[in-house]
Amino acid sequence: MAMAWFKRKEKGIQTATEEKKDTPVGLWYKSPTGKIVEADELAKNFYVSPEDDYHVRIGSKEYFSILFDDNKFKELDPNLESKDPLSFIDTKKYSDRLKQAQEKTKLKDAVRTAVGKSKGKNLVIACMDFSFIGGSMGSVVGEKIARAIDYSIKKKIPFMMISKSGGARMMEAALSLMQLAKTSAKLAQLSELGIPYISLCTDPTTGGTTASYAMLGDINIAEPGALIGFAGPRVVKEATGKDLPEDFQTSEFLLEHGFLDFIVHRRDLKNKVNLYIDLIQNQAVRAS
Amino acid sequence: MEYLDFELPIKELEEQLDKCVVLGSESEIDVSDTCKQLEKKLEKTKKDIYKNLTAWQRVQLSRHPSRPYTMDYIEAICGDSFLELHGDRNVKDDKAMIGGLGKIGDQTYMFIGQQKGYNTKTRQYRNFGMANPEGYRKALRLMKMAEKFGVPVVSLIDTPGAYPGIEAEERGQGEAIARNILEMTRLKVPIIVLIIGEGASGGALGIGVGDRVLMLENTWYSVISPESCSSILWRSWEYKEQAAEALKLTASDMKKLHLVDDIVKEPLGGAHSDRGTTFKIVEEKIHEVHEQLKKLSPTDLVKKRMDKYSKMGVYSG
Repeated sequence: MAMAWFKRKEKGIQTATEEKKDTPVGLWYKSPTGKIVEADELAKNFYVSPEDDYHVRIGSKEYFSILFDDNKFKELDPNLESKDPLSFIDTKKYSDRLKQAQEKTKLKDAVRTAVGKSKGKNLVIACMDFSFIGGSMGSVVGEKIARAIDYSIKKKIPFMMISKSGGARMMEAALSLMQLAKTSAKLAQLSELGIPYISLCTDPTTGGTTASYAMLGDINIAEPGALIGFAGPRVVKEATGKDLPEDFQTSEFLLEHGFLDFIVHRRDLKNKVNLYIDLIQNQAVRAS
Repeated sequence: MEYLDFELPIKELEEQLDKCVVLGSESEIDVSDTCKQLEKKLEKTKKDIYKNLTAWQRVQLSRHPSRPYTMDYIEAICGDSFLELHGDRNVKDDKAMIGGLGKIGDQTYMFIGQQKGYNTKTRQYRNFGMANPEGYRKALRLMKMAEKFGVPVVSLIDTPGAYPGIEAEERGQGEAIARNILEMTRLKVPIIVLIIGEGASGGALGIGVGDRVLMLENTWYSVISPESCSSILWRSWEYKEQAAEALKLTASDMKKLHLVDDIVKEPLGGAHSDRGTTFKIVEEKIHEVHEQLKKLSPTDLVKKRMDKYSKMGVYSG
C-alpha cells in the first residue's frame, strides 16, 4: 500500500510516438506559478510561458531577435567599457565586480545598442541587460544610450528604449546620477526634431531609470506584470509602514494610474511598436 | 545652539568665553587678556576642526539642526519682495517644495527649493523636505512661467530624497522627476542651482539641472545617502562613514569630478554659525553668476547646458 501513489491509474501509455518530446536533460523552465515549459518551446513562444503567459526575464540578445528582422542588426559602440573612476570599494572592489560580471554574462556592460530593420524599416534599439550588475546605469549605460540617440538624430530613425534595471549604479555614485540628465538632454533633442521615441518598461524598471528615459517616451508601454516604480516596494513599505496594494507598481497599476499608453504581450511587441511608428508618422501601415 | 560631537571643543570654549565676558562686566577684575586668549583659542580650534572634516562629518553638518533652510535664504535675500506661489494645478500644494518670485537688486528671480521644518511639527508639515510628484510638478510650473517671462531660475536644494510613498508612486514620482530633468535641460532662461544642505539622488536632480551648479562647502550630493548605501552594499547600517568616503559626495570631490561647477565657501564654523554672513555670500554669488549667464543668448545657454551634461561620465573604448 505504501507505493499506491506510484501506481499508474490509466492503462497503457496514451501519447502517440510522433507527439513524444525529444528533450535534452536540463533545458526546462519553471515559471513562478510552477508551470513547466521546454526551452525550445519557450524561445518559439517569445520567451513567454504558454500556460500562464508569464513573461520570462530576457536580455538584449533575445529582444533583438524578437524585434529585428531575421535577427540582423548592427551593434553600435560595442566596445565601450566601464572604468572605476572613484576606485570604489564596498565589500568587494568595483573593478572586480565589473570583471566578474563581464566573465559571467559575456557582456561589456548593462546596455547594448543596435540599428537594424524591423518590419522592413530602420529602428534604433537600446536594450538593457539585467544580468549585468542588476541592469544598473553607470557612465557606460548613459553614454551608449546618448550615442544611440545621436545616431537616431543623425539618420532620422525612430528610437526604442527597452528598460530592465534596478536603477543607477551606486559604485559610480554621482557620475551615475548625472546619466539621468545626460540621457534626458539627448531625448529633449530627439523630441525637438519630431523623431518618435518608444519606451518599453520590462521587469523590473525602477529607480533612476524610471526617473529618466523610461518615463519619457512619446509612448510609454510595458510588458504584462512588470515591476515599475521609482522607490522599490521594500523601501516604500519601510518608509510608510503601510501594507502595499496587491498590484502595487505592476504594469497594470501604472496603466490604471495613467503612466502607460498600453500593455503589450511580447508576441505582439514588434507589430504594435511598428504600428505606432506608422501611425504617428502618418505612413502606410505595414502588414502584420 | 546645538552642537555635533566633533563640535564639542568649540562649545566648551564658547561657554568659557561667555563666562569670561560676564565676569568682566559684573566685577572690577580686568579679564580682557583672558577673553582675548580664549577668542584666539576658539578661532584656532574652529580652524583645526573645520579644516580636516571627514566626508561623514560634512554629511552631519549638512543636516545640522541649526543650519539655514531654503526659506531662510529667500527671506534674507529678497526681504519683502518675495511672493510665494503655490500649487501644481493638478492635485495639491506640496509643502516640501516651495517656490516664488523675488528680487536681488533690480533683478527678479524665480526661486524653487525643498523646504525642511525646524521642529517636530513643522518637520512633519514639510515632510522632512521630501517632495511628492506634485512638488516637482509645481516647481516645473514655476520654471515654465519664468521661461515665459524671461526670468532666471534659482534652485536651492536640500532634500534627503524624493518621498517614497504609496501615493507618490501612484501619481508617478519617477515620471515627475524625469519630466523636470528633461525640461530643465532645455529651459530657455538661466538656471542657477545651489546645494544648501543635502543633495540626495533623483530627488535633488529633479530640480537640479542648471547652467551653474554650486555646492555650499558643507553639503553633500550623490546618487544615494551614505546610510542607504551602507545598508544595500554592506547589508548593515554600520558602514555609513565608509560609504560617505566611497561615494565621493563632498563639494570638493564633486568639483574634482566636474559634476558641479563651483564651491561656495561658508563662514568658519559652518553656515549655521554665522547665518547673516552666509546669506550675504549666497546673495552675492547668485548675482555674480547671473551677470555671467545673462550675456548668453537663450540658444547658446541651452546648447552649453546640454553640452555640459553630455560630457559627464567616465568610460573607456
